[in-house]
Amino acid sequence: MTPLNYILAVQAADPEVIDRIPSGYSHFVIPFTIGITFFLCWIGVGCVRLLAAIPRTDRLRFWKSLFIPKNIVKNLKDLFGDCLFHVKIWQRKPLLGYMHSAIAFGWFMIILLGHIEVALFVPARLNVTRGGLFYPIFYRYFVWMNPGHTTLRGSFFFFLMDFFLLYILTGIALAVFKRFRSIVLGMRHTTKPSLADRIALYSLWMIFPMRLLAESFTADLSGGSFLTVGVNHLWHFLFGEKLLFTPFWWAYSICLGLFFVAMPFSRYMHILTEVLWILLRNAGIKPHHPRKGVAEAEIYACSSCGLCLDACPMNVQKKNLKYSSVYFIRFLRRHNEKKINAIADKCLMCDKCHALCPVGVDAPALRRAQRITVNNSLPYEYSYLALAGTAGAAAGLRPYSAAAERGWTRPGPDSCPADTVVPEVLYFAGCMTHLTPRIIKAVEKVFKAAGVDYAFADREGGICCGRPLMLAGKTEAAAKVIEANKRMIEESGCKTLVLSCPICYKVFKEEYHFEGIKVVHYTQFINDLIASGKLQVSKSDEKIVYHDPCELGRGSNVYIEPRAALDKVGTLVKAAKEYDESVCCGGSLGSLTLDNRDRAKITEASLDNLLVNDPDTIVTACPLCLKTFSETVSNSKHLLTDVKVKDFAEMI
Amino acid sequence: MVDFGFGLVPSSRMNLDLFDKDKYEKLAAIEPDVRICMACGSCTAVCTAGKYSQTSLREAIEDIKNAKPDKALEMLRCCQLCGKCSMVCPRGINTRNLILSITKVYSSK
Repeated sequence: MTPLNYILAVQAADPEVIDRIPSGYSHFVIPFTIGITFFLCWIGVGCVRLLAAIPRTDRLRFWKSLFIPKNIVKNLKDLFGDCLFHVKIWQRKPLLGYMHSAIAFGWFMIILLGHIEVALFVPARLNVTRGGLFYPIFYRYFVWMNPGHTTLRGSFFFFLMDFFLLYILTGIALAVFKRFRSIVLGMRHTTKPSLADRIALYSLWMIFPMRLLAESFTADLSGGSFLTVGVNHLWHFLFGEKLLFTPFWWAYSICLGLFFVAMPFSRYMHILTEVLWILLRNAGIKPHHPRKGVAEAEIYACSSCGLCLDACPMNVQKKNLKYSSVYFIRFLRRHNEKKINAIADKCLMCDKCHALCPVGVDAPALRRAQRITVNNSLPYEYSYLALAGTAGAAAGLRPYSAAAERGWTRPGPDSCPADTVVPEVLYFAGCMTHLTPRIIKAVEKVFKAAGVDYAFADREGGICCGRPLMLAGKTEAAAKVIEANKRMIEESGCKTLVLSCPICYKVFKEEYHFEGIKVVHYTQFINDLIASGKLQVSKSDEKIVYHDPCELGRGSNVYIEPRAALDKVGTLVKAAKEYDESVCCGGSLGSLTLDNRDRAKITEASLDNLLVNDPDTIVTACPLCLKTFSETVSNSKHLLTDVKVKDFAEMI
Repeated sequence: MVDFGFGLVPSSRMNLDLFDKDKYEKLAAIEPDVRICMACGSCTAVCTAGKYSQTSLREAIEDIKNAKPDKALEMLRCCQLCGKCSMVCPRGINTRNLILSITKVYSSK
């Protein structure tokens, strides 16, 4: 142990901070230095590998995005908001948000302030060759505060350091508490940590109490503020004048070293990978492979926090917990091919885990990418789409050339197929709507009431929109279907395409890339009709609860329009969870392997969620949700309720 | 030649000795629902692809049981996986996964 030099000449002219240990080195820094060196090498190599795996065009786009002013602002906002303050968690679960931001922001500030302190008082030590790697971390050990010369500046830093240490310690206390009673912090289920997670977790928990111990033991030499000096007095009271402090600095260093060695193999890798992922995400780069490139950044950005566990609609049954996104990402990380596929196929693709993820990890997209690796190569035969030369024929239309020949069925007295006027509005019902003809009837009734000049594209039956194929990972086949539909719709010459199925809506909006054709969902279209006065509606006192279909709400961000319209015909009541937290109806086409019984459980949970405020009617805007709900409501024995299930258009 | 509307019909003979039990068990392991089909044909009735092509899940399942896997694959290759069949199936069969699984299992030689 270094002999303590208590009898230093004290003069006001002396510098504020004196090197207590002129060499600026002590053996206890070794564990930390090894840990951080290993970690920095690992992350350096990882970053290069990751960026190398991204396709060249995407990589260029990424570099460019770093210099676009608009993007820079968004990056900074997201980095501070998501990585440091965890705004998204604050908004949903304040206590959890406090816990995360205490640890993340507090630690960041301590590291930052530590470096600023060194830069101000002993700037030479920032040099890597003179211990710059560890010196700022263990700054308090190496210096001696000149009690004859304390400045406001010095005390200010002392206060800040103590303040943030206390802030972190409260966060850690909550984190420890969360291990035992997570529900208090708003989480029903938490992730089961792996071995590396546990090592990193326990060392992380120990880092800050150890820091408090170490700094408080040296506080009479190196200075401190309310916390460290206060605790220091306690130690003096207990152990007498001379304190043996080196063991605590060793313990602090070992905790740090252990944490950094375990970090790359644990969930805590997200602390830094999150930054890279946010930059990639904001550059608009999408994963092409479930494991390489961008996907890798996403996988390592997952903090395994387990918020997706409570979010997942499948988890109404405990046995399905293992299919949650957090475990999917864990197995992707471990290359556990068998489990990856099983999990990827189970998902309903309701996108709730993505919407709720604090760092925006798009696990459903990774699952789809995984399905592509398995299913895209399966044989298919779609030559029939081009029956009689054009896709229009396949879509139940005459092979085409002019609008006159097309045989659009027009409503009203002038329902003459030879009408040469190109329809302004084209209505495409889609497969699912054809299974629920009540929607078609209601939509046509509304259109007629509002005097919309429309044509019905697939009255005689059309082909699929391609979304189900994409969800199943057969993207090549989907491209064929999309191409056929696109041709049919572009040839129609319409200006607006109205869809009554959110599944179609999402794919038409995102994959078809129409030029000059506006794609709208019928909720938006009808809401516009009401707003512009073309459609008259009367308000009743019926209590309505609106169910956000996954593909419409989270998938396409349409939440306001259906509610605005429904508010004019009845009284909207709230569901327990709505908007981006709404619960999937269980009928989703996203899942490949989820069986009927499990789906029924989800439907019941979803209904319970909708029925909390005792509505008269459940309204949804998706044929799939409508069918699932109405079947369950009519069959179910335990739901002793006479609630009706209606489609949006039926309601209007 | 004058077309009288007659032709040679391909043999519809079944040879159940050719039934590949291993593959069927493999399929049933992936998607056990294949066993509960009662061949009602609802899936075929609503099929989107069936309107334009010979597509029938019911027939595909029958073909597999009748030791004609190639014909089964032919019955499913036009499928668009739209999922209408799963919505109407009275037995609640997970049809989309069944179709994918049949293709996976029987496409591999």
